[in-house]
Amino acid sequence: MILNVNGKDIEIDAEPDMPLLWALRDLAGLKGPKFGCGIAACGACTVHIDGEPMRSCSIAIEDVSGAVTTIEGISDGKDLHSIQKAWIEKQVPQCGYCQSGQIMGAVALLENNSSPTDEDIDEAMSGNLCRCGSYPQIREAIKHAATLKVEA
Amino acid sequence: MGKILRRTFLIGTAAIAGGVAFGAYQLNKTYPNPLEDDLAEGENTFNPYVKITSDNTVTILVPRAEMGQGVTTTLAALVAEELDVDMADIKVEIAPASYAYYNSAMLADGAPLAHYNRSKLASAMRSSMSGLGKILGLQVTGGSSSIADAYDKLRQAGCAARETLKLAASEKSGIAIAELKTENAKVILPDGKTLTYGELAEAAAQLDPPSDIKMRPASEWKILGKPTPRTDAFAKSTGAPIFGIDVDLPDMLYASVKMNPRLGGKMKSFDATEAKKIKGIVDVIDMTGPDNEKFGGGIAVIATNTWSAFKGINAVEVEWDEAPYPATTDGIMGVIETALKSGDGDNLRDDGNVELAFADAPRERVVEAQYRVPYLAHSTMEPMNATAQLKDGRLDIWTGTQAPTIVRSDCAYEAGVEEENTFVHSTYLGGGFGRRGEVDFARFAARVAKATNGKPVQVIWTREEDMTHDTYRPASISNWKARLDENGLPMAIDGQIATPSVIASVMARTYPSLSPAGPDNTITHGAFDQPYTVENYRISGIKAPVDIPIGFWRSVGNSYNGFYHESFLDEVAAKSNLDPIEMRLKLMKDHPTAIGVVNKVASMANWSAAKQEGRAKGFAFTLSFGCWVAQVIEVSQTDDGIKIENVWCAADIGEALDSAIVKTQIQSGIVYGLSSALGQEITFDDGMVEQTNFDSFDAMRMNQCPNMEIEILETADHRGGAGEPGTPPSIPALANAIHALTGKRIRSMPLSNEVDFYA
Repeated sequence: MILNVNGKDIEIDAEPDMPLLWALRDLAGLKGPKFGCGIAACGACTVHIDGEPMRSCSIAIEDVSGAVTTIEGISDGKDLHSIQKAWIEKQVPQCGYCQSGQIMGAVALLENNSSPTDEDIDEAMSGNLCRCGSYPQIREAIKHAATLKVEA
Repeated sequence: MGKILRRTFLIGTAAIAGGVAFGAYQLNKTYPNPLEDDLAEGENTFNPYVKITSDNTVTILVPRAEMGQGVTTTLAALVAEELDVDMADIKVEIAPASYAYYNSAMLADGAPLAHYNRSKLASAMRSSMSGLGKILGLQVTGGSSSIADAYDKLRQAGCAARETLKLAASEKSGIAIAELKTENAKVILPDGKTLTYGELAEAAAQLDPPSDIKMRPASEWKILGKPTPRTDAFAKSTGAPIFGIDVDLPDMLYASVKMNPRLGGKMKSFDATEAKKIKGIVDVIDMTGPDNEKFGGGIAVIATNTWSAFKGINAVEVEWDEAPYPATTDGIMGVIETALKSGDGDNLRDDGNVELAFADAPRERVVEAQYRVPYLAHSTMEPMNATAQLKDGRLDIWTGTQAPTIVRSDCAYEAGVEEENTFVHSTYLGGGFGRRGEVDFARFAARVAKATNGKPVQVIWTREEDMTHDTYRPASISNWKARLDENGLPMAIDGQIATPSVIASVMARTYPSLSPAGPDNTITHGAFDQPYTVENYRISGIKAPVDIPIGFWRSVGNSYNGFYHESFLDEVAAKSNLDPIEMRLKLMKDHPTAIGVVNKVASMANWSAAKQEGRAKGFAFTLSFGCWVAQVIEVSQTDDGIKIENVWCAADIGEALDSAIVKTQIQSGIVYGLSSALGQEITFDDGMVEQTNFDSFDAMRMNQCPNMEIEILETADHRGGAGEPGTPPSIPALANAIHALTGKRIRSMPLSNEVDFYA
């Protein structure tokens, strides 16, 4: 089976019911998407499929029809995405485990909405759990990234 | 007071040391530097915290677990401040497992003393408990103790390395040490020429530090005392593979475990026929340990990928044995209730004469209430996991742990190899909250590694396994009684708190050969040690015999005692028609630090302003882990339920080394506490935990998160911790706000069982 991940076609040798998350982590070696719950309840595994934020723990690879983007694919690791810059500037991460998913959710939000309100942020981000309670910093960083994007 | 404390001290010490006598020899010995055995080409070490290479790379080793609380920033800053290196230029590594990294502050705080008790006796007890931490070599992250432990130790390490480098520079240049200066990893000679630390490191590493070295006064600090960017923010914002679950080794297998959902129960039989037909499954093994072990029976499925292992554990047919505790929540709470009724507890506070005070109390002057809380899971975002490889008599363990030296000794025992051939590679932790101070997940990895013929194996628990096999915050029931004087103030308070003993449960898993005796201070933490002066004041902790695995959960006993004590004081104030803050200020008259945070938060929250229609505020205060925390929470009634609108918090921690990190820790503790109030509850049926994932055991979400305004005060005489103290007052502040809004007094957790919250 061929998956398009971060702009590259990769060969995945797995049972078709394997969730995308495990194909990415165990077979493609992409550790950015995290395992949190396995039932699409926490958002730690969030990736984009054709730009839409999806819970990779709950999509079988046989059902993946579009291009997959993980956090490894939103920047080259040096010149960071504006969301990542805002995350660092606002010192969002505490334990950091949920942040890949939070960032992927926030990137998708800003793609669709260049200046989200508090309600928009609630709507887009409430599926992403953070046990450290970094929500105020996430909110601030999203708003900050929106201004960075405008400047860029 | 002296008499009871002396007695509890002796027993309390025995509870942890198992009666091991220790002398001056053990207290004075120093552990060898663990870095010396493992230096790369060109690397030099000065002490367990500093490595410098010839190309001038300075690495600071952080002895504690990074689980979001910022130790890889603030502990590194303690070294960097004295060493004279820029935070932006250093490398930070998590230290290996070694007794050299013992934590002496955590046990000091375990002495049965209120934080504000600074008598000579109290000081002797604290220092004795500190000594114990050193002797046991406890490299543990917990009890909000990292800064208290590291404050002198890590600055001394930085200072000693700096002065040794200067000594080497002096020997090389012939210039007296007194004329040398240091700046950003360089020694500066009087003529302005510089020698980098890298150039000097090899020679310096052979020297003993000069004997008359002096640390800098705080007034000369360049790094400490103000916010420093977190050293881990980049890795955590780019999805870097830094967690235990991200460990990836050549030829690595994947495994998952399924232990008896009746916790600690044995396994009667299992049939893996169907499971073995699943593609990718390598083996199914029996995980049942020896009879004296507390983990119970179970199986592990070893596979070529995680998904196959997950499918496998659900395909194995298992017949489980019974649980060693009552099968239902009602039955379990019944045991706790019986213990409470027995009244057979330890009084860590017993001021005045409570019996006498109530003997002739007029009925209308007595307030009585019973409170209760449920079991709670930690539910760290990263489920429990560890990776192990057992090959040629050497065991390697990769895991995120709050207790690496215990992981090392337990896993060595598990695999039958020597401790010196066991290597623990600590990763970052995707949440700890006390759960990762346990060793089950690491031991299970070592156990599975015995069956993989030398191949590394990553053992990942499903979320369901994680949530149903936690070491829970115990349930508890408590009785409260107050007698009011003619001004409505409490002249007597009697609190009895019954709960299973966390210390006993942890000891039985971690040190099964030692049997804990005497009082468990954690039962009454947050109740016996509060800065209120009440003439007759008794707090009793009663152990309830329930054999469900329980453990340290962010703020431990404070998490429920904050709720009990502060909700009850709110009831007293309501009964007396006193303003809850005014009443507390009167009771706190002997503790200016407490008064300071209460006044501060009252002003932040505009407490005295007129009540707004549809909104109400509640107040609570808890002193825990040496941090004095007052909170006001404002709630509103919406069509979709009660919404938490605002949290104001004033916390006095004494000197704050990084106020930004302290603030986010307090914030994190508040969200953690409020999450439990909004709907968390672990219940049992048929001996099994009924909540299995975030759909049935959730936490606060972005749309529920209130505005939070937090002020860090630095007036307290003694340094406090930051990781836990935000949690205890958050729950009663919310309960008290709900009472102010609705008139409903909620005496059991979660509060969501009695009101609907905005979700």
